[in-house]
Amino acid sequence: MQLETKKSMPREQLLWVYQRMTLIRIFEEKLRELIQSGVPTGPVHLYIGEEAVAVGVCAALKQSDWISSTHRGHGHCIAKGVDVRNMMAEIFGKSTGTNHGKGGSMHITDFRVGMLGVNPIVGSGPTHAVGAALTSKVLGYDRVAAAFFGDGASNIGAIHEAMNLASIWKLGVVFVCENNFYADATPIEYALAGGSIVNRASAYGMPGIRVDGQDVFEVWEAAVSAVTRARAGQGPTLVECMTYRYYGHHQGDDPLRYRTAEEEEGARRRDCIDHFRGRVLTEGLLKVSDLETIDAENQRLVLEAVEFAESSPLPEQAELHSDVYSPDFS
Amino acid sequence: MTMNTQKHIRELTFSQAVNEAIRQEMRRDPAIIIMGEDVAGAAGRAYLGLTEAWGGPLRATRGLFSEFGPERVLDTPISEMGFMGAAVGAAMTGLRPIVELMFVDLIGTCYDQLMNQAAKMCYMMGGQIHVPMLIRIPYGTHGGPYDTSGGGPVYGGGAAAQHSQTLYSVLAHIPGLKVVVPSSAYNAKGLTISAIRDDGPVVVMEHKALGSAARGHVPEDPYTFPLGRAVVARSGKDVTLCGIGRMTLVCLEAADMLASDGIDVEVLDIISLAPLDETTILESIKRTRRLVVVDEDTPTASMARDIAARAADKAFDWLIAPVKTITSENTPVPFASVLEAHYAPRSDQVALVASELVRNKWRR
Repeated sequence: MQLETKKSMPREQLLWVYQRMTLIRIFEEKLRELIQSGVPTGPVHLYIGEEAVAVGVCAALKQSDWISSTHRGHGHCIAKGVDVRNMMAEIFGKSTGTNHGKGGSMHITDFRVGMLGVNPIVGSGPTHAVGAALTSKVLGYDRVAAAFFGDGASNIGAIHEAMNLASIWKLGVVFVCENNFYADATPIEYALAGGSIVNRASAYGMPGIRVDGQDVFEVWEAAVSAVTRARAGQGPTLVECMTYRYYGHHQGDDPLRYRTAEEEEGARRRDCIDHFRGRVLTEGLLKVSDLETIDAENQRLVLEAVEFAESSPLPEQAELHSDVYSPDFS
Repeated sequence: MTMNTQKHIRELTFSQAVNEAIRQEMRRDPAIIIMGEDVAGAAGRAYLGLTEAWGGPLRATRGLFSEFGPERVLDTPISEMGFMGAAVGAAMTGLRPIVELMFVDLIGTCYDQLMNQAAKMCYMMGGQIHVPMLIRIPYGTHGGPYDTSGGGPVYGGGAAAQHSQTLYSVLAHIPGLKVVVPSSAYNAKGLTISAIRDDGPVVVMEHKALGSAARGHVPEDPYTFPLGRAVVARSGKDVTLCGIGRMTLVCLEAADMLASDGIDVEVLDIISLAPLDETTILESIKRTRRLVVVDEDTPTASMARDIAARAADKAFDWLIAPVKTITSENTPVPFASVLEAHYAPRSDQVALVASELVRNKWRR
């Protein structure tokens, strides 16, 4: 599918995109530092390196739209507008967390901003996005659903069933594949038959767009066209974003056991935030002072989030037994 | 409830009762949809004058497509993982899906969506969302010849190892899922309505042999039947037989046989496997002091042994005889009818175990 080139992003949105991408980066770098200093968090999967994907896609969505996420979900949460204080508190297992300390990093959820849940069962989230889009269709809402998933998930049956259902029912789903080349420690060239994820779109009768996932403008343009199609009731689109995670699969994983330092360096040279800064400054879209203001504000937000998480109370012991069942209807 | 305004007592089959429950609820609430394989059938063939080829494998959803149309009665492709997940996502975002899994034997294809997703959403998300969905699942074997009577093909008899299982224990095992097993047309309607109105995921297990065979009085007006409650199906003082689903009918048959021998049997219809109504079970044991649990599932890690363990733990002081469990054999379900007939618990077998329990002197 051909993209119209260079849609122009309004200034407010440029500022928002930069603020969100860098907030993800700073939030996770801080989190990584805290984990290394011994703060207990449970398993954490860092999104650093892939920020342009979550932010580029969410820039094309409204707050009332939904997203489903993966195990690597902090970036999706921040891009969709989840409060980083509640996120950090959740990762710390505190009662002020998004999930009141019942979910942790792998389950951060905030329905108020359409975030259907970080979901570490690979491939499960996109089926929920299909269901959300079905809700929108049956109840006549103007809401679409974006489903993030990785290259690893592209090989699980749930994804294929989700794409088939979304396509035959013409549901407003945007399937967003974050192709970071690794499923845990398994390289994509080993695991992917046919050699292309985006080509699988045609098998399900939907457009497929492959973009440079390190270029937030490209991601955004593709997402805008997919969201427009979804909102118009024309059905789903697959957007494959070529990206890279800078750290291991989970915090503590050493990626140099399955990839080379040269490859990592090459990927970091194509950093999405550097790319954004370069472009907006070169083209005079934003000023250095704009970016510096945002950087300072993000530092403050993250420090405030850590302080909030640290000072928040742990869940009461009675919470162990709450919310096993929804309240009785009667 | 204005249930007895009719001049004569109205009878429906189990499947008709489920159908009526769904239909009445769908009329009440436009957020209720139904989805599954061939819940209508002949999808998209209306231009040939063909609609509703099936109405579900047990014909329980017949007529719903005509009344509510393709937006609310969705035939799915054969993709249980996909549509069960879509139902979870729909339930999280405002619909109240009724999902039909064709047979419980197919649970492996979509177990993640029930076990990891639907069951746990409310808890792991800190109560911020609910997953109001009803999952209807036919189960069970006939233990007899193939039955071709009634409103369509009745599966179970001779359907062998992958189309005859019970398996509800693998659902009841998961915290967060409610699992109920109706035994009659009456409680099937009430439980279906309750399951639809509940704000969490509720599995209703429907025994295939009861679909067209179980008939009984069913009030026309909608009514609920409490989730999480067992009922005393027959009062007695000598021994308690606990039945689940079709096994409740087997227990009642055994009770009739034993009555002629002067043994006064109490039959509990467990109905709700999760949550389990422990109080009603323990109270019955206090009255009869003897317990037999009859379960069509295989024995290892079963509801039968779960109930027996609770009795041993919490009713030890009242029991005057060992707790007995009667389950299906610890084998896959066999095909040949001569083998299948010996697979699931039978009333004569239950009567024998119960009478020995009453007649023997047990040392305490």
